[in-house]
Amino acid sequence: MATDTFYDRVQELRAEYPDPRSAVMPALQLAQAEHGGWLSEEAFREVADALDVTPAFCLSIASFYDMFRLERPGRHMIEVCSNVSCAVRGAQQVVRAFERELGLETGGTSDDGEFTLRTVECIGGCGWATVVAVNNRHRLNVQAADVPGIVEELRREQP
Amino acid sequence: MSSPEVVFAGTNGGTLTRLEDYEAVGGLGALRRARAMSPDEVIEELNASGLRGRGGAFFPTGRKWSFVPKPDQVPKPHYLVVNADESEPGTFKDREIMLRVPLRFLEGCLIAAHAIESKHVFVYIRGEYEREFEVLVDALEQLRARDLLGDVTIVVHRGAGAYICGEETALLESLEGKRGQPRTKPPFPAIAGLYASPTAVNNVESIATVPPILELGGAEYATLGVENSTGTRVFSLSGNVVRPGNYELPHGFPLRDLINEVGGGIAGGHTLKAVIPGGSSTPILTAAEVERATLDFDSLTALGTAIGSAAVIVLDDRCCMVQLGVRVSQFYEHESCGKCTPCRVGTRWLTQILQKIEGGRGTQGDLDLLLDVAERINGKCLCPLGDSDAIAVVSYVDKFREEFQAHVDGGGCPLHGGSSLDGVLAPVEVHERHVHAHGLGRIHTPLEVLA
Repeated sequence: MATDTFYDRVQELRAEYPDPRSAVMPALQLAQAEHGGWLSEEAFREVADALDVTPAFCLSIASFYDMFRLERPGRHMIEVCSNVSCAVRGAQQVVRAFERELGLETGGTSDDGEFTLRTVECIGGCGWATVVAVNNRHRLNVQAADVPGIVEELRREQP
Repeated sequence: MSSPEVVFAGTNGGTLTRLEDYEAVGGLGALRRARAMSPDEVIEELNASGLRGRGGAFFPTGRKWSFVPKPDQVPKPHYLVVNADESEPGTFKDREIMLRVPLRFLEGCLIAAHAIESKHVFVYIRGEYEREFEVLVDALEQLRARDLLGDVTIVVHRGAGAYICGEETALLESLEGKRGQPRTKPPFPAIAGLYASPTAVNNVESIATVPPILELGGAEYATLGVENSTGTRVFSLSGNVVRPGNYELPHGFPLRDLINEVGGGIAGGHTLKAVIPGGSSTPILTAAEVERATLDFDSLTALGTAIGSAAVIVLDDRCCMVQLGVRVSQFYEHESCGKCTPCRVGTRWLTQILQKIEGGRGTQGDLDLLLDVAERINGKCLCPLGDSDAIAVVSYVDKFREEFQAHVDGGGCPLHGGSSLDGVLAPVEVHERHVHAHGLGRIHTPLEVLA
């Protein structure tokens, strides 16, 4: 992705707000999407340049919010809700099934860089427990028995 | 079960995402009507409806709008900010509203903007709602293509994962491009909100209820529901019931019927143990209290709890109350923004004392300490996040004291690994495990320091 395109797109975001600083979060989201799902030093520099703020300021914002990643995640991000409504319907079994299937501990990334497995706080799918966000798309009513199929489907997906 | 649908009217259980379909069921009629009325007349209609905020605080919507000064009193831009950062555990109604009736929601935004004489609307939607964001943007494009926005701009702004941004001043900070930390009030947002300008902050469901109120008339809407809690509510039913989901029902509906009739009863042959009636911030109800409760402000307040975000979490007999405390407290600990010490430190204390009790190492003194720490959080912070943890945990101890006592006396959980919450890992616990595993050192926790 060419840098000038990113710069231009940030200017479009900036134009949506009375104060350019409001565009910091949208710009970080854009940068994260274009840098493989995380915010590298380079990504912070690009956002900072496009919005006339410092990279340190951008980092101070990114570090506050759970969805900004400061380390490179796996190509597929698997996030299992472990809050009460999902937990009482077996979220823990779903987490264990993913750990087994991926050979990973929760919170970790596989050695081949394909998968990151995390538990997350409530993502607003309590009536369809257990909710699993796979690359930010929510799968509803997931049970432990569904996990091998989900992993196989993701493994088949070409990079 | 037949009940009047207001927010979901015309959907027939499906979606109304295309403008033609929405107009075919009378959509946009309320906007035309509102634009022919003066802002004060719209606010009067809202006052007559008795609509109170659906986000959790239940503040009268018309009154909130009337606090926004007139443009000639404060010659600054006025803002409408819609709180679509739905994050209260157990709550998933705004998401369904945005997916199924996005145009009704946006129509409500335009009417609200007219009422507070604002030309700028920001919808702050939680970052995890990616599909909902796309549906909203698509609906917005349809309105724009038909030139229905007039001179109003609507920007859909995505959050990035922070429960605290559901608190209105933290949301405004976040929207201004800062860390989402609550502000001192006053000044209230109506006077100095977004960019220090007059701002109304409303919940998605409140806004989506505005068009039907103008169609029906405020007085007619007020005939639905009960006194002090007019109209319908979208209840998010979750936990150990046969049919969890969102159900739009009139306020005053018996809680027992929501669980047993609408929700199909307790799943798997278990029995009801407790219900959290309004999102995880609200005090718990015992099975006996559930029998008496109706889903409205007065009934739930009288039972010492709150209607909150109308998120009803049903827990069966397998749920250990100490584990519930651990899990709920871990959530608030994780989401504390860190600004106020009682919350930042106190939520951590609560979690650790509860973990100690659950692990069988708790003493009689720990039960007292737990309540003491809760007391030192409650009411001592800028926003209600820490209070929520304290209030919830204290309610578990109050209502299920003998279960806590059994943990202390028996040296562990009486459910012996049979709890439905057994072994659940919160992100904060996972994070700490990793920091530990990678030898990065960790912050010593209060109880470790004392030990």
